[in-house]
Amino acid sequence: MPSKSPAPFSLKLTTLAVILFLHCPFLIIVLYMFTSEERAFTFPPPGLTVEWFAVTWARSDVWRALGLSLRVASLATLVALLLGTLAAAAVYRAKFFGRDAVSLLLVLPIALPGIVTGIALRSAMGLLEIPFSFWTIIIGHATFCVVVVYNNVLARFRRSGRSQIEASMDLGANGFQTLRHIILPEIATALLAGGMLAFALSFDEVIVTTFTAGQQQTLPIWIFSELTRPRQRPVTNIVAVLVIAITTVPILLAYYFTKDTSETAGMGK
Amino acid sequence: MTDNNIAVQFSNVNRHFGEVKAVDQLNLDIHDGEFFTLLGPSGSGKTTCLRLIAGFERPDSGQIYLYGHNVSALPPYERDVNTVFQDYALFPHMTVEKNVGYGLMIKKVPAAERQRRVQDILELVQLGGLAGRKPGQLSGGQRQRVALARALVNHPRVLLLDEPLGALDLKLRQQMQLELKTIQQQVGITFVYVTHDQEEALTMSDRLAVFNQGRIEQVGTPSEIYEHPATPFVAGFVGVSNLVSGKTAQAITGSPQMFSVRPEKIHLADPAAPVPDDMVAADGRVRDVVYLGIMTRYLVELNVGGDLTVVEQNLDTSSKEALTARGRAVRLLWYRRHCRHIPAAN
Amino acid sequence: MQTTKPSSVPTESKPANSLWQRLSTYLYLRPRLLLALLLGPPLVAFVLFYIGSLAALLVQSFFSLDSFTGLVVKEFTLDTYRQLFTPANMDIVVRTVTMAAVVTLTTAILAFPVAYYSVRFAPPRLRPWLYLAVLLPLWSSYLVRVYAWRLILAKEGIISWVSNLAGLNWLLDGLLSLPVIGGPSLTVSWLGMYVVFVYVWLPYMVLPVYAALERVPTSLLEASSDLGGRPGHTFRWVTLPLAFPGVVAGSIFTFSLTLGDFIVPSALGNSSFFIGQAVLSHQGTSGNVPLAAAFTMIPIVIMALYLTVARKLGAFDAL
Repeated sequence: MPSKSPAPFSLKLTTLAVILFLHCPFLIIVLYMFTSEERAFTFPPPGLTVEWFAVTWARSDVWRALGLSLRVASLATLVALLLGTLAAAAVYRAKFFGRDAVSLLLVLPIALPGIVTGIALRSAMGLLEIPFSFWTIIIGHATFCVVVVYNNVLARFRRSGRSQIEASMDLGANGFQTLRHIILPEIATALLAGGMLAFALSFDEVIVTTFTAGQQQTLPIWIFSELTRPRQRPVTNIVAVLVIAITTVPILLAYYFTKDTSETAGMGK
Repeated sequence: MTDNNIAVQFSNVNRHFGEVKAVDQLNLDIHDGEFFTLLGPSGSGKTTCLRLIAGFERPDSGQIYLYGHNVSALPPYERDVNTVFQDYALFPHMTVEKNVGYGLMIKKVPAAERQRRVQDILELVQLGGLAGRKPGQLSGGQRQRVALARALVNHPRVLLLDEPLGALDLKLRQQMQLELKTIQQQVGITFVYVTHDQEEALTMSDRLAVFNQGRIEQVGTPSEIYEHPATPFVAGFVGVSNLVSGKTAQAITGSPQMFSVRPEKIHLADPAAPVPDDMVAADGRVRDVVYLGIMTRYLVELNVGGDLTVVEQNLDTSSKEALTARGRAVRLLWYRRHCRHIPAAN
Repeated sequence: MQTTKPSSVPTESKPANSLWQRLSTYLYLRPRLLLALLLGPPLVAFVLFYIGSLAALLVQSFFSLDSFTGLVVKEFTLDTYRQLFTPANMDIVVRTVTMAAVVTLTTAILAFPVAYYSVRFAPPRLRPWLYLAVLLPLWSSYLVRVYAWRLILAKEGIISWVSNLAGLNWLLDGLLSLPVIGGPSLTVSWLGMYVVFVYVWLPYMVLPVYAALERVPTSLLEASSDLGGRPGHTFRWVTLPLAFPGVVAGSIFTFSLTLGDFIVPSALGNSSFFIGQAVLSHQGTSGNVPLAAAFTMIPIVIMALYLTVARKLGAFDAL
């Protein structure tokens, strides 16, 4: 509902203030990567140095956590791509009893607070006496990653329309040939966008992971432990910026791939 | 049935969706090489009928034969039939050339031959230079031709067209109607064409079938359907019906049997005009006049009850003169032989 | 299968029916089987792992912890719930709900101007950038954003430096000396938590409000002024009520996220627990999963009630 009169100045000011409020913290973190202090967050920083980058590089616990996060995110994304696409195909193709329930079911892990998913999985593990492991983390992440892929792929299916599949079959291609030549190329960018979102979501996740990881540390868990019992603070800052980079870049890419469409990635995470 | 002159045969075919009978005990023969139209309003079953031929729907009961072979259980990719879809269904991520050559690629036709055939068919539909474009870069009319080319290039025995001209504007549609007819005659393939536009059906078809609620009301040539409608529905759907029955019919023809008379067969005359022996008459008043350029349409309210629509060419009537007819008392005259008797609807 | 037209075009040989083709036809003729194959894996996985876990959660809340052995006793009992409804634990709940409410209110007040400006006044070229500007923080790591505020709010951090410079130390100290919400430093106080909560959830409130405002047709505003309404009136009686479902939708997120969070309280709180911390601590070292489960029931019930109310207020159409 655009207005023809100019905006009141106070409104413009408030908007600017809020936007700055949202973005300043990032600049602060970047600044603190270079502080020479080890234990405090003095502002302004007493000195600037780049020595912490080398220190971070040498920290083996950081590398372990990074490795675990990457492995978990990759696998969770794969699972999400597979299950999400299957579910989207089923919901798109057929009318069946409980069709809307499927969408609701898949969105539940994201809709409910992370702590619910976390403690639910923990309860199940306790009940069935399953120990913490790499796979318990993956299962936890897969639950909320599936819906991201599902939404993207389903939206793309809906946009393409079913007559293309019929046309392909009409021209002599069986189901598998149609899948290969028509369907997969159609949903390729949706898969990419969904996959990137799922990766970012999984990489950044800390709440559910805390309940399913036990002694293992993903990168966010590492940061969390540093939050409460910090060692070398600038190292934490560097790792923090690293995490931002690894999570923001895929999402930006996913946004770019789907930006001209209705299912633009990243909305309503 | 191994008669090679029957391209498509429906034998007691039924198809229902839930409670709705989309196709009800359908029996139909379509001859080899003819341009056959399935005509009817929305929901009458004509599109379902087409999809049954293509293989996108399977009959709940009954058989479908293509040149004598029972194809009822065959998937679409195993039937020698190709379809031009209503929304064209072009593959957006492929060029025109790849779109058109898709069927050939699937059949593993060698690349050189494929390219030649694609080029030939594009020339036929007058899209010669557009092979490298993508569907998104084409106009509606061009996309329609690509869809046609894509289907034709595979030399199917039967070509199915699902209301392909619906999205085009009037002039383009009329042009395409002629082109399609020409192509069909050139190529000699059986065309099965679906439309709700009765004018289109009358223009293009060798024969047509009029559908109503899953059943066929009449099959015949355009002139048969138009001049001799078999049921009130056909009379009303194809052309303007001017159905007359009951005491009005009695007053005009002397018999209460229902008849229809086409509006262009009726002449407007002076109320005192004499009535020749081979004609019948009905007196009334002109209620409404619509000037249509080439002709004028009059709605005449009859003294004995009911209306008749009359159409006359504006041979030397201007619009002003035509419109003054409103309210005038007139006598309608037409030849007795133009009364088409219609058996009562059951 | 020759066509009747005379031509020199060779007919294609039909490809032999490969295994893939036969399999494809088999599935084509059996749509229900295909559906089962597509839907089966995700559905089974979800019901098994997710719904099953939720059921396990419920079940665990009816078990109890034997304090002697430190093991969970797998027998039905209401003891754990009795433990839950003690004053100390109820304090935790009240504390968390209050914080959630205050945070929700604040984000609503802050989000509205931004959304209103973006929809109503922002030049069309600026609009997608504004949208992106709100969205971008959401995409970057939530944990890192919380951590950033630790830096900012630290005693020796930028806030103190600014307040020093601006001579506002008295204000800062005054705020910190307030009972209950104050504390030794911004990083160990509810005040600090409040600021960070507002910061992290703000985009979740802006987006639905933005969407709701976008849906208000200009014609309604014009009709209002045509009928004699001054801008203030139009805003109050037309714009605000129509945007309200968007606010409610956003509040679902801010409320629910605050209810369950333990990161922000751990990073910036004092020793008084919030629900999230309670859950985490109980299932952690003491292994009291039953009590943790019982605790989690509270935000679930609260959110279920909240969602039914929100639905009536039209929030679901605004999502």
